[in-house]
Amino acid sequence: MDLLRLATAGSVDDGKSTLIGRLLYDSKSIFEDQLESIESTSASRGDEHTNLALLTDGLRAEREQGITIDVAHRYFATPERKFIIADTPGHIQYTRNMVTGASTADLAIILIDARKGILEQSKRHSFIANLLRIPHLVLAINKMDLVDYDQERFLEIKREYTEFASRLQFSDLTFIPMSALHGDNVVERSANMDWYRGATLLHHIEEVHIASDRNLVDVRFPVQYVVRPQSTEHHDYRGYAGTVAGGMMKPGDEVMVLPSGFTTRITEITSGSEHLESAIAPMSVTIRLADELDVSRGDMICRPNNQPTVTQDLEAMVCWMSEASQLRSGSKLAIKHTTRWARAMVKDLRYQLDVNTGHRLEDVTELGLNQIGRVRLRTTQPMLADEYHRNRTTGSFILVDEASNVTVGAGMIIDTE
Amino acid sequence: MKTQLSHLATLEAEAIHIVREVAAEFERPVMLFSGGKDSIVMLHLAIKAFSPAPVPFPIMHIDTGHNFDEVIKFRDRRAAECGVRLVVASVQDAIDAGRVVEETGPRASRNRLQTTALLDAIEEHRFDALFGGARRDEEKARAKERIFSFRDEFGQWDPKGQRPELWNLYNGRHKPGEHMRVFPISNWTELDVWHYIRDEEIEVPNIYYAHRRPVFQRDGMWLAVTPHITLMENELVEDRMVRFRTIGDATCTGAVDSPASRIEQIIEEVAATRITERGATRADDRVTEAAMEDRKKEGYF
Repeated sequence: MDLLRLATAGSVDDGKSTLIGRLLYDSKSIFEDQLESIESTSASRGDEHTNLALLTDGLRAEREQGITIDVAHRYFATPERKFIIADTPGHIQYTRNMVTGASTADLAIILIDARKGILEQSKRHSFIANLLRIPHLVLAINKMDLVDYDQERFLEIKREYTEFASRLQFSDLTFIPMSALHGDNVVERSANMDWYRGATLLHHIEEVHIASDRNLVDVRFPVQYVVRPQSTEHHDYRGYAGTVAGGMMKPGDEVMVLPSGFTTRITEITSGSEHLESAIAPMSVTIRLADELDVSRGDMICRPNNQPTVTQDLEAMVCWMSEASQLRSGSKLAIKHTTRWARAMVKDLRYQLDVNTGHRLEDVTELGLNQIGRVRLRTTQPMLADEYHRNRTTGSFILVDEASNVTVGAGMIIDTE
Repeated sequence: MKTQLSHLATLEAEAIHIVREVAAEFERPVMLFSGGKDSIVMLHLAIKAFSPAPVPFPIMHIDTGHNFDEVIKFRDRRAAECGVRLVVASVQDAIDAGRVVEETGPRASRNRLQTTALLDAIEEHRFDALFGGARRDEEKARAKERIFSFRDEFGQWDPKGQRPELWNLYNGRHKPGEHMRVFPISNWTELDVWHYIRDEEIEVPNIYYAHRRPVFQRDGMWLAVTPHITLMENELVEDRMVRFRTIGDATCTGAVDSPASRIEQIIEEVAATRITERGATRADDRVTEAAMEDRKKEGYF
């Protein structure tokens, strides 16, 4: 059984929480005490049906206002797969939460209200999913019951979206007509839409092939922690602990340590006391090297003929996440990339991306909350970087305000020089 | 060649990554350890993360004084075996020092008093990161909490002001006096924990397995008869075959009827159950619908 991380995005009233509630309910992942609790809350609020949305609305403010204010994580499993759902709110002011929830997603579900069709926020969510390089996208055309389960309406939305998405780089796009409220095509096939021959949502996410989404080519191992027991038993032991960010490593492989550039061989890969024949992303392992080199946290182990770029200049798309400050040319921030912290200065804000239209706005001087733009950064130390589309781990970074320590930006490297 | 990890291997790798990040970036981390299954798994992950070196931080138990003896024995033995230093922060000491006032009556619980003992210990030892074994599937407020969860100088959680958390890039930066709560097994479910305990052959206190003990019913739960709890009128003690799904303060942790005496039976039982572990066994979470949210804001685990 493997693990699929999925993110959901939708507008406030698209029925996203209802959809998740339905997935959990119909896959029997809701417990009786949870159901009783939402039944009584629904009844006291005077809701007509048991409001499945209450399952995911965890905080007091959300239940009172009937909105979702932060990323919530839900878990369920079928015999095929285990799922982690990052449920992210759809309002414009919470774009940062979608970025947060979707950064590690294998698959995103974007909800569309069949009555309303594709809205500005559907496009915004699509741009963000595309920017984050989520490999698989599902367009859930919801509330089909309110358009009489009309195939024409479904096809019309599908045509419109396909045309819009042709400008984006989704390799896998799936359209499913459904009614989350009534359960059509969520877990059970819909009796109301016999014209739809595709998979139900659950069947689709159980079957979608994610193994080939991993980068097994470019060996990348950011050193996270140096293990030195300093005991008599392990007197000379020196291991480099970290999480494999790409490629496949094996004992005997010739490797290069960056930024120093020394080459050596892997002698041993372990997990706890177990010796491994190989390691791939995202395994957390400890490796030992044949030569005694000066290797520390923040260094990167790769192959001599396949290296990340060592650079102090990063070209990146940055999503700004702070309401308290703006990103401007000249802004100085802390940056964390893999296991390396440094300082960064914004050298240039090249353009802002209008996430509703995909247009570039060239004349901007700052990025505010939830705005996305292309920037050029200069860092105090060399970064060991890949382009984000090749590697989501070595191609991403966060920006942190040095005064408040708050994470204010999320960056995706688009060009390494 | 294997190119896809199992879900448990993925969760394990994520947790080890988190534990190592904290060890690398914080001055004085500590791992909360109650002797419950989640903290046992977390400690096991920490041992794996630094092997063959010892775990580079102490563990801490917030001791309400209302314990199951089996669990305290297990705690002490496990700490000794792993060679980690055990810090015990005592609620009884906080009561004796007049820092907190104990609830009275048959339903008195020291659950809430743990927050003071915890925050006092953080201040005393100047801990800057606390690992907790909380899981997001346990409870609604926890479902919305970050893996690195910032606490201000009063230990408070601000659910609406949480730092964005992206990829595996955790931001642990903080000022002196502030700290981070870190939840390495956030993404695990109760069933994942049991599967992992089975696969890794991890020992847990025997009260997780079915055993006979005197219990009485209160609020629809079986509570153990202990010196710390006062029976109310009409509460009848009977001997039953039970096990504990969670381990906490003995006065508010309920047992469930169960014949599961082996791990495979527990897994079957957990997989088939229709009630959440907190709903089944924790009086402390039943107080109000937002009980956990309120306690977390004040600095609770």
